[in-house]
Amino acid sequence: MTELEKRILCELQKGLPLETRPYLAIAEAVGCKETDVLQFIEAKQTENIISRFGLIIMHRTLGYEHNAMVVWDIPDNLVDQIAGEMANYDCVNLCYRRPRVPPDWPYNLFCMIHAKSRGFVYETLKIIQSELQIDSYQYAVLFSEKAYKQRGAKYV
Amino acid sequence: MSETDSYQLDDIDKKIINALQKGFPISARPYLEAATDLGLSEQELIDRIQRLLKQKFLTRFGPMYDAAELGGGLTLAAMSVPENQFESVSAYLNSIKQVAHNYEREHRLNMWFVLATEQQGDIEKVIHQIENQTRLPVYNMPKEHSFFVNLYLPA
Repeated sequence: MTELEKRILCELQKGLPLETRPYLAIAEAVGCKETDVLQFIEAKQTENIISRFGLIIMHRTLGYEHNAMVVWDIPDNLVDQIAGEMANYDCVNLCYRRPRVPPDWPYNLFCMIHAKSRGFVYETLKIIQSELQIDSYQYAVLFSEKAYKQRGAKYV
Repeated sequence: MSETDSYQLDDIDKKIINALQKGFPISARPYLEAATDLGLSEQELIDRIQRLLKQKFLTRFGPMYDAAELGGGLTLAAMSVPENQFESVSAYLNSIKQVAHNYEREHRLNMWFVLATEQQGDIEKVIHQIENQTRLPVYNMPKEHSFFVNLYLPA
């Protein structure tokens, strides 16, 4: 990335200016043309360096107070297929394969469910387990009700 | 949080939240463009986003970067922290600038955090620093594959 591109990313990270020409404001702050900023953002979205662009909600204040991380120990030869199917459920917000940490963390598939009640999490889980026929695999549900620090990481 | 408690989202706020979680125009007058789709004036949309940010319904308005694509390091880590040390370890983690999120979960591994570093190689260094300082092992669980990121949560 060029110095100018880094400056644009850095400026954008502060949040999009709340004025009628926000990209022009960024261009003026970093010293380039508005069209440069527009093209840059579009390119970085295509490259997936900007993975999302828009409102990032505070899920707890919107009533999604029950954040469950559900983890499974799925055999290595099945995990990608099952994870792919799990990702099709609307209520599954994130789904990752991660390394097990032996001996006491046997889980290799992680998914996140943000819900307005714990009951919803358990009901969803029951449906997923039965539909994907994964009842026999060891799993755990880790609820979180409290965040000590929640901010976007600063990268640039 | 009392400010948030006192403010109730109305239907227009909900419409804005639901629409703009999915994306925002990249054009000369993006607020005007988005407002037109929502049946609002440009200024009303700007004012409402400002209020949603102020009332903490939103954490941010703008881009979300993919740390790995930027060449940085990113991982999910966890620790098992004894009850009587929990507050001090939590405060220590919060003081580390590479700790992006830090939260308690109901499990033997009760402290979970996301580490984001400028360089991939710095993840190990930060983990060693945390282990040395707390004398507790850190479980490092970087993602090997991402199947889905759908953080759309309707208001």
